[in-house]
Amino acid sequence: MSKARTSPIRAGFVHLALGAYTVIAIFPVFLTIVNSFKDRGSIFRSPLQLPGPSSFSLVGYETVLKQGDFVGYFTNSLTVTCVSIFLVLLFGAMAAFALSEYRFKGNALMGLYLSLGIMIPIRLGTVAILQGMVATGLVNTLTALVLVYTAQGLPLAVFILSEFMRTVSDDLKNAGRIDGLSEYAIFFRLVLPLVRPAMATVAVFTMIPIWNDLWFPLILAPAEATKTITLGSQVFIGQFVTDWNAVLSALSLAIFPVLVLYMIFSRQLIRGITSGAVK
Amino acid sequence: MTSTDDTGAMAPLKRPARWHILVFLTPALIIYTIVMILPLFQTLWLSLFNVTKEGTPVFVGLGNFKVLFGDARWAADFWNALKNNLIFFAVHMLVQNPIGVALAAMLSIPKLRFASFYRTAIFLPTLLSFVIVGFIWKLILSPLWGVAPWLMSLVGAKGLFLPWLGLPSTALVTVSLISVWQYVGIPMMLIYAALLNIPDEVIEAAECDGITGWAQFWKIKLPLILPAIGIISILTFVGNFNAFDLVYTVQGALAGPDGSTDILGTLLYRTFFGFQLQLGDRSMGATIATVMFLIILAGVSLYLFIIQRRIRRYQF
Repeated sequence: MSKARTSPIRAGFVHLALGAYTVIAIFPVFLTIVNSFKDRGSIFRSPLQLPGPSSFSLVGYETVLKQGDFVGYFTNSLTVTCVSIFLVLLFGAMAAFALSEYRFKGNALMGLYLSLGIMIPIRLGTVAILQGMVATGLVNTLTALVLVYTAQGLPLAVFILSEFMRTVSDDLKNAGRIDGLSEYAIFFRLVLPLVRPAMATVAVFTMIPIWNDLWFPLILAPAEATKTITLGSQVFIGQFVTDWNAVLSALSLAIFPVLVLYMIFSRQLIRGITSGAVK
Repeated sequence: MTSTDDTGAMAPLKRPARWHILVFLTPALIIYTIVMILPLFQTLWLSLFNVTKEGTPVFVGLGNFKVLFGDARWAADFWNALKNNLIFFAVHMLVQNPIGVALAAMLSIPKLRFASFYRTAIFLPTLLSFVIVGFIWKLILSPLWGVAPWLMSLVGAKGLFLPWLGLPSTALVTVSLISVWQYVGIPMMLIYAALLNIPDEVIEAAECDGITGWAQFWKIKLPLILPAIGIISILTFVGNFNAFDLVYTVQGALAGPDGSTDILGTLLYRTFFGFQLQLGDRSMGATIATVMFLIILAGVSLYLFIIQRRIRRYQF
């Protein structure tokens, strides 16, 4: 392409623009984390300074860990997210396999029906979902959240996974059939291992909205025992608006898991978006 | 489920019933139907009823909609929320998507150094929850902390600082811009992918014809990434008309100051769930959800049946 023509001046401008935007994107996160390690005075006196020996303080973290049940919230979030992802991947892959592998009457219609949920947000059914959860006694249980998130994640999972499963070679599957493998064995032992990269993409896409959701925890499971980390920090920070140490520390604690996961999975995630999303 | 019953008739003679298809499809279908599709239609159906004090639903036809659009108690709130939601969407289309396209265009310059670092960093805010993003910006923009005024003094504009989130005239645009800050990564990534998919031959042919730099972007690349821009627009539309978390976190359920940041999502929450002195009203909640459903459906249909068909696609 234009590699020979990219002048140093133009490249300089590009780096300047991208660098500036990177600062805009990172600065607020950086500011929060840095200030969470400082004492109250220095947070206000010199917000941009790194914590030094005189200003270093963990008082915010102490307040947070003493007051809020953050370990509990964290476990709740982790349970809900993991179980939902597992169910979305398992049921989504099974349905995607049925749709992409077998020809049967109503196949296309079924695909269309399942992809309805990609565009229409599940939130709009909240009124009836809450009614249903009240009727079945599932309000304030993690099961309610798992069910909702599984339903929410399935449409996109089926859509992406069936695209990928169409690329698995028929010869391989037929060879398996000749060797006497059942259809279940073909799915679990031949196809699933081959679509693992797609499963990882789906897992990341499913995880982010679940981990970050505030709406359903707020409505379906607001009890102390079932609060997720997102709802927990929302409520907690709301109570401590004037205790800046505690607020900044709570924010940092909430950012931390996302940051770690992103560092581990960022390549996978970006590759997933850039390869699969635009077709 | 009828389709799976028919499979027996369709299947070859030696395999009378292919039960495995049913086994593969059933779990997903059951959860999806019971938790998502049925409640959605139940909600739409509920919008045609009023619940009396005894708890028995009375059919009122389109009465709830008449109340929502015309009754003095509801109409002002509803039209205000709809107007704010449109502004919210407009800010995203005018700020988020052009910035996203510009960033992607710069990132896709071949052999750009640190490209993956920029990409990773700019995408980071997208992964954070609204709660975190909302509070961080609330702190930064707070006149108490003074980070924002201090930053503005660096460029000599300290006098221009205002408590933007607290003023009815600026709060909505400020909240929209926070949301733009968070989500700019998504258009950036999708456009970036679309730009990478443009074959080198096309670019080389353009260069042979002397089309380079800006002209190349406007005349060659932009037409080729229009389908991706279409997808982004509809994703933005659906996301914006369904938004709730950010406004709730930054401005509370009342979407203050003075309802100036109230959008359909917060109105739905307050109406259906109740807030402070206001009691929750299921039928009116369902009515608002139905209106949101129709708006989103209209947008999606417009995109699928009109815009998507008009966009010229190029195959290589």
